Amino acid sequence: MLNLALRRLAMAVPTLLCISLVIFLLLEAAPGDPLGEMPLTVPPEVKERMRAALGVGEPWPLRYLLFLKQFFWVEPLHWLDRLLGTDFGAGQQRLISYQSRAPVFDVIAERLPQTLAVVGLSYLLGVLVALPVAILSARHPQGWFDRIAGSLAMLGYSLPTFLTGLVLIWVLAIWLKWLPSVYDTTLRVTDWASLLRQLRQMAMPVAVLTLYNAAQISRYLRAAMLDNLRQDHVRTARAKGLGEGAVLCRHVLRNSLSSMVTVIALGLPTVFGGAIITEQLFKVNGLGQLLILAINAHDLPMVMALTFVFALLIVLCTLLADLLYGMLDPRIRHG
Amino acid sequence: MAERASLWQRLRPQRGAMIGLWVLALLVVFVLLGPWLWRIAPTHIDIRARNQGLSWAHPLGTDQLGRDMMARLMAGGRISLAVAMAVMPITLGLGGLVGLLAGYFRRLDGVLMRLTELFLALPLLPLLLLMVTLFREPLARHLGPPGGSFVLIVLAIGLTSWMAVARILRGEVLALKERGFIEAARAIGTRPGAMLWRHVLPNVASPVVVAATLGMATAITTESALSFLGLGFPPDYPTLGRLLHDAMDQMQQYPLRALLPGLMIAVTVLAVNAVGEGLREALDPRSGSR
Repeated sequence: MLNLALRRLAMAVPTLLCISLVIFLLLEAAPGDPLGEMPLTVPPEVKERMRAALGVGEPWPLRYLLFLKQFFWVEPLHWLDRLLGTDFGAGQQRLISYQSRAPVFDVIAERLPQTLAVVGLSYLLGVLVALPVAILSARHPQGWFDRIAGSLAMLGYSLPTFLTGLVLIWVLAIWLKWLPSVYDTTLRVTDWASLLRQLRQMAMPVAVLTLYNAAQISRYLRAAMLDNLRQDHVRTARAKGLGEGAVLCRHVLRNSLSSMVTVIALGLPTVFGGAIITEQLFKVNGLGQLLILAINAHDLPMVMALTFVFALLIVLCTLLADLLYGMLDPRIRHG
Repeated sequence: MAERASLWQRLRPQRGAMIGLWVLALLVVFVLLGPWLWRIAPTHIDIRARNQGLSWAHPLGTDQLGRDMMARLMAGGRISLAVAMAVMPITLGLGGLVGLLAGYFRRLDGVLMRLTELFLALPLLPLLLLMVTLFREPLARHLGPPGGSFVLIVLAIGLTSWMAVARILRGEVLALKERGFIEAARAIGTRPGAMLWRHVLPNVASPVVVAATLGMATAITTESALSFLGLGFPPDYPTLGRLLHDAMDQMQQYPLRALLPGLMIAVTVLAVNAVGEGLREALDPRSGSR
C-alpha cells in the first residue's frame, strides 16, 4: 500500500509542475506584462517587493522558477510559521491580491471550506443516490426502472449546472418559496436552528452538483455491474442457490465498486468547474465566486493562484481516489 | 453513397436520435430562417415597450430595454450553433492527430497519452476563464469585438476539449492494428502515411463521428457557461448564455426571460446528445446483435 502511495505521489508532482508551467506560459503569452501592471492602489514599496519576488524584467525560465518558489517554498514556509510560531518566512514577499492587498493564500484559505463542503457533500449524496439506482437498473436491464433512470441520467449529465440551478431556484425559491435563493454568508452555525438554516441554504447548490454526480456515477456503475453479471463466478453464485439480491450486492456490486472510484476521479475537473458556476449562481462565498470577482477586477495574482489551487485540489483528489482504488482492488495494489 | 444510405437506415429505428434530429432541424430553421421572417433587429431598443409579456407585437416578450426576445433568441441560438460547428473541426483535428499517432506509433504512445492525461487533470473552467481575460482585449483590437471574442472562445474551447476524441481513437487504432488487412497492407510495403490515410482512418470514422457529435453538445454548454459568467462575448452581443446572465437580476419579476434561453440551451444540448447516443447505437457493431 505504501509502495502504491509513493508511486502515485511521484506521478502527482510532475503533473503539478506541468500544470503550473501551463498556467505560467499562458500568462507569458499574453501581450504586455499582466503581472507587472499593478493598480495605483498598491503602495510603491509593496510594488517594488512584488516585482522583485516575481522577477519582472528577468528572462522567463528564471521567472518560472520564482513563480514556483512562490507556490512551493514561500507559501509553505509562511504556513509553517503560523503553525509553529517560527519565522522562516520573514522577509519573503508573498503574493498579494490587488483588490484587498492581503496575501492571496490567506483569502483563499478563508474560502476553501465552503467549496470543499459543497463538492464533498455533492459527491457523498451522489454516491448514496447512485448506488441503489444502479443496483435496481442492473437487476432488470431495459426494464421500466432502467429506462426511466437512464433518461433521467441523460438529463442529469447533459444539462449544464447553471440551468438545473436556475430551474431549482425558480421552482423551490420563487414559486414554492421553500428555500432561500441567496446564500447568507454571514450565518454562523452556533445552535440547532442556525445549523438548520445552514443546511437549508446549502440544499440547492449541493442538489445541483449531486444531480450531475448521481447521473454520471449511476450510469458507469450500472455498466460495470452488467459487465460483471456475465462473469463465471456470478453463475456459480446463482447455481449454488443464492438469492438474486445477495448475488447482486455481494458478488457483483463489490467487484464493480472500484470502477466508481475511477468515475469520481475523472469527473473531478467538471465538478470543480460546476462548483464555480453554482457558487456564482447561489452567491456562495467559495473559491469559484472569488475567481469570478478576481477576474472582473483584473486581480491577476489572485486569478493565477486560484487556478493553481483548483489544479492542486484536482490532483490531490485524484491521488486520494487512486489510493482508494488500490485499497478496493488488490490487483492495482500489487500490480 | 451506399455507406451513407446504410447509416441512415441504421439510424432510422433509433427513436431518440430521430426526435433529436427533428428538433435540431427545427432549431436550425428557427435561427437561420427566422430573422428573414421576423425583421426586428435583436439590438433594437424600444424603451417604451420594455418588460412586456407575450403579445402579438412581441410573441416572446421584451427585455428591460425593450429589445424583442424572439429576435434575441434567434441571434443567440445562431451564435451557439456557430461556436459548436467551429469548435468541432479543432477538436477532431487535434484529438484525431494525437489519437492516431499515439495508437499507431508505439514510440509516441507514452508521451502523447501522458499529455492527454495531463490535459484531463487540468482545471478547465478556471483556465478557460484565464485565457478569455488575458487575450480578450488584444484580440478584439485586431479582429473587432465580436470577431475577436468568437475566435478566442472557439480556440479556447477547442484546445481544452480534444482529449476524449484522442482517447477513443487511440483505443480504436490499437485494436485495428491487430487486424489482418492492416498486416497485409504492411506486408506489401504501404508507407505509414498512406496506411493511416487509406486503411486506418476510414475504419475508425464511426466512433469519431459519435465523439464529434457529443463534443458539440459540450461546446454549446461551455460557451453558454462562459457567457453566463459574464466572460464570453461582449455585453451587447446576444448569446444564449448572455441572455440568461442578463435575466438573472430580475428573475423574481420576469422568470420567463431567464427560462426561455435556458430552455433553448437545454433543448439544443439534449437534441445533440440524443443524436450522438443514437449514432453510437447505430454504428456500434456489437449493438446490432442484441
